[in-house]
Amino acid sequence: MTEVNAARDTKPETVQMTINGNSIETEKGKTVLEAARENDIEIPTLCYHPGLESIGACRLCLVEVAKSSRPGRKNLVTSCLFPVENGLIVDTQSNVVHQHRKIVLKLLIARVPDSDLIRQLATEYGVHESRYVEREDADKCIMCGICVRVCDAMGANALVTLSHGLDKYVDVPNKNACIGCLACALSCPTNAIPFEEVGDKRRIWGKEFDLIRCEVTGEPIGTPEQIEHIAKRSDLPIDSFLKSANARLKENAAESVGVKL
Amino acid sequence: MKTYRANVMICAGTACVSNHSLDVRKAFEEEIKKRDLEDEVQVVTTGCNGFCGAGPIVVIQPDGIFYQFLKPKDVPYLVEEHLLKGRPVKKLMYVPPEEEVPIPKMNDINFFSGQMLVALRNRGMIDPEKIDDYIARDGYSALVKVLTTKTPDEVIEEIKASALRGRGGGGFPAGIKWETCKRAEGEPKYVICNADEGDPGAFMDRSIIEGDPHSVLEGMAIGAYAIGVSQGYIYVRMEYPLAIERFKIALKQAREYGLLGKNILDTGFDFDVDIRRGAGAFVCGESTALMASVEGRIGEPRAKYIHTVEHGLWNRPTCLNNVETWANVPVIILQGAEWFTSIGTGDVSENPWGGSKGTKVFSLAGKINNTGLVEVPMGITLRKLVYDVGGGIPKGRKFKAVQTGGPSGGFIPEELLDLQVDFEQLDAAGSIMGSGGMVIMDESNCMVSMALYFIEFLVGESCGKCTPCREGLRQLRYFLKKIINGEGTVEDLEEIEIISETMQKASLCGLGKSAPNPVLSTLKYFRDEYIAHIEQKKCPAGSCRALIKYEINESCIGCLLCKKQCPENAISGESKKLHIIDQDKCTNCGVCFSVCPVDSIDIISGGEIVYHHEALEVENDKETSV
Repeated sequence: MTEVNAARDTKPETVQMTINGNSIETEKGKTVLEAARENDIEIPTLCYHPGLESIGACRLCLVEVAKSSRPGRKNLVTSCLFPVENGLIVDTQSNVVHQHRKIVLKLLIARVPDSDLIRQLATEYGVHESRYVEREDADKCIMCGICVRVCDAMGANALVTLSHGLDKYVDVPNKNACIGCLACALSCPTNAIPFEEVGDKRRIWGKEFDLIRCEVTGEPIGTPEQIEHIAKRSDLPIDSFLKSANARLKENAAESVGVKL
Repeated sequence: MKTYRANVMICAGTACVSNHSLDVRKAFEEEIKKRDLEDEVQVVTTGCNGFCGAGPIVVIQPDGIFYQFLKPKDVPYLVEEHLLKGRPVKKLMYVPPEEEVPIPKMNDINFFSGQMLVALRNRGMIDPEKIDDYIARDGYSALVKVLTTKTPDEVIEEIKASALRGRGGGGFPAGIKWETCKRAEGEPKYVICNADEGDPGAFMDRSIIEGDPHSVLEGMAIGAYAIGVSQGYIYVRMEYPLAIERFKIALKQAREYGLLGKNILDTGFDFDVDIRRGAGAFVCGESTALMASVEGRIGEPRAKYIHTVEHGLWNRPTCLNNVETWANVPVIILQGAEWFTSIGTGDVSENPWGGSKGTKVFSLAGKINNTGLVEVPMGITLRKLVYDVGGGIPKGRKFKAVQTGGPSGGFIPEELLDLQVDFEQLDAAGSIMGSGGMVIMDESNCMVSMALYFIEFLVGESCGKCTPCREGLRQLRYFLKKIINGEGTVEDLEEIEIISETMQKASLCGLGKSAPNPVLSTLKYFRDEYIAHIEQKKCPAGSCRALIKYEINESCIGCLLCKKQCPENAISGESKKLHIIDQDKCTNCGVCFSVCPVDSIDIISGGEIVYHHEALEVENDKETSV
């Protein structure tokens, strides 16, 4: 923690670099992807999530970088991991970049032929047909690992990748660990994690949870396990989580103008 | 120290042990006791001799007489003749392929005489479980030398000057790695020995640890002193129980002797090593995956934009070298960088990438007479390695290719047999040094099938994290299978090349980047063979089952052997009459081909005979008469 505080106290070092011919200024410690997006330069990503540690798995955010000292020597790198530095020359749209992103998308479409998102991205990169073999019994998982990382970040740490190579899959080996919070399902870019909410039940990862609804609006709030987990982490009483956001907003507004609901 | 008239050195490497060399030892001990020779003859169990295809191996010193394929029942006669009467036993000696006169002395056998031992310097000479044996052969004197006479920086300068490059495959100069790690910010720092040897058929690291564990330990201690490290780890795969056991014994003995632990030799230097066992995932040999595994996380690689020498194990500066690299270090310290750079290729006076210095251990496997482990100077030609050291190709067949560098290495064809084996030339030929695996193939090996074999291996061993490696391998396997089934098209070859390029450029780690090598190198040197599969539906090596059929030719003597052996009852014919194979029933299993005593069975592919014994013999006769 002290390192973080120290970093906050000192002013970050600025970095001068070039993206697609435009000179930009950013801060040391950022990645090329962050610097690009700050400057409205779009780089496609699948496994990147601003709130999570990057892992460079999908390989879609590839860009070409060169150093000003050796501008001819270009390297293909993943922008979500590559740190910015002074004099870096980045090309996010070169032919090489386009070609490899296209093949990555072609490979992914063969993995998840039913994913609308991947199909749309692939079309943008000019992939209309492919002679690649499609995966048998394909689901929509592209192995981006966001679900696993978000589950870890939320503190439940119930999701893991199991096996390796082509057989790799995501699962909840210990069903007791899952709190049914839906963080995995809602953050999945390809909607590959199915769940359902019927009446006062929520089902996900083969486990059924009780579903608590807002005592005011009736909207679903979460599972008892989830609420307990959040209350514990935030050190607040469980009662404070039993109303939906809408209900709390209304209450706060009413309170501020002195109206009793 | 007691001396003996003769020492019976029994190989106790994994291969010899599995061929019952420990029973042979017992037989020797019993026989020597029975004949009251205990005060004259000592029985020693050693590490691997490398000539694994000839095990169990026994060498009787000081004469250096080499015995192979020993069984316990041979022992009484051998003791009587050799040890009592001084007459070495010819029938138990090595006879070179296609020759008749045995070679008595180990050092006269091509397999051994063509070698130069640095990393394997104590091979067959010491009992790996006795630290005194190691010390008797200058063991730990390099550590004593650096601790008492050299500063850490001087040690780094010596290793830099030696231009020692990483033997695990990457070939990164060890001295530069040590120096970068030393200068990196962060404490504590770590050294790691990578003994997660995963290439099929490769056993260099296992053999070094099993045969001479202290050499690795001493190398690590010297590195730790130079870099400023007090904790090291050795990451060994669980499939190497004997190596783990020997290393444990070595650690215990070194601690007892004060060569590990606190205040080593009273110099104020602290260093110790822990063993971490890997569960056998191929990818865990990759440095970042290995470190994740040591930390107890899933063994997956990460991008190395930030190097492990700066942020490695537990985010601390970490210097990882392979077993063989560490084992080289004590010798360099004792003999000097100048000596080391006198061996090998290139000029390293300007930069360590300018050449490949020292020796390299290779494992020879596949279609070669002398299967086993060899250490040779860098720059030896492939021809010398295959024909002199390796003893050539069995059954008089023709060399076709050698696959170097493990599953993600490449194939090198016959026309490049005079290539000098070093980092640069292997790279230029489209292959890699890797950790030193060499699989030799002859004319009966189909190059498309071999490429598929290695791709299948990688499909199973890819960690599955990044898209190009995981999904690219799936597609490569699909297109290769199409081709060997006779369903491939020329467009498939283009697809293979496009996917391979993205895998090379866009994969996360070295495994993915090098994974297409088996396909690309076979396409480069054996494109004709791919085209034959595609256009003529012909497998020139006669090995792809979907593209061949077996036929019985006129020379059949009607012996009924193939008919009896055929599991599908597809062969008809009477005694002393020509047999016929029913092609509708035949599944191309090849049993008839292997049992036929007169070589009457032809393999037909693409409408012509592609491979049969007689043709081969004629060809070979021609060759020898030239």
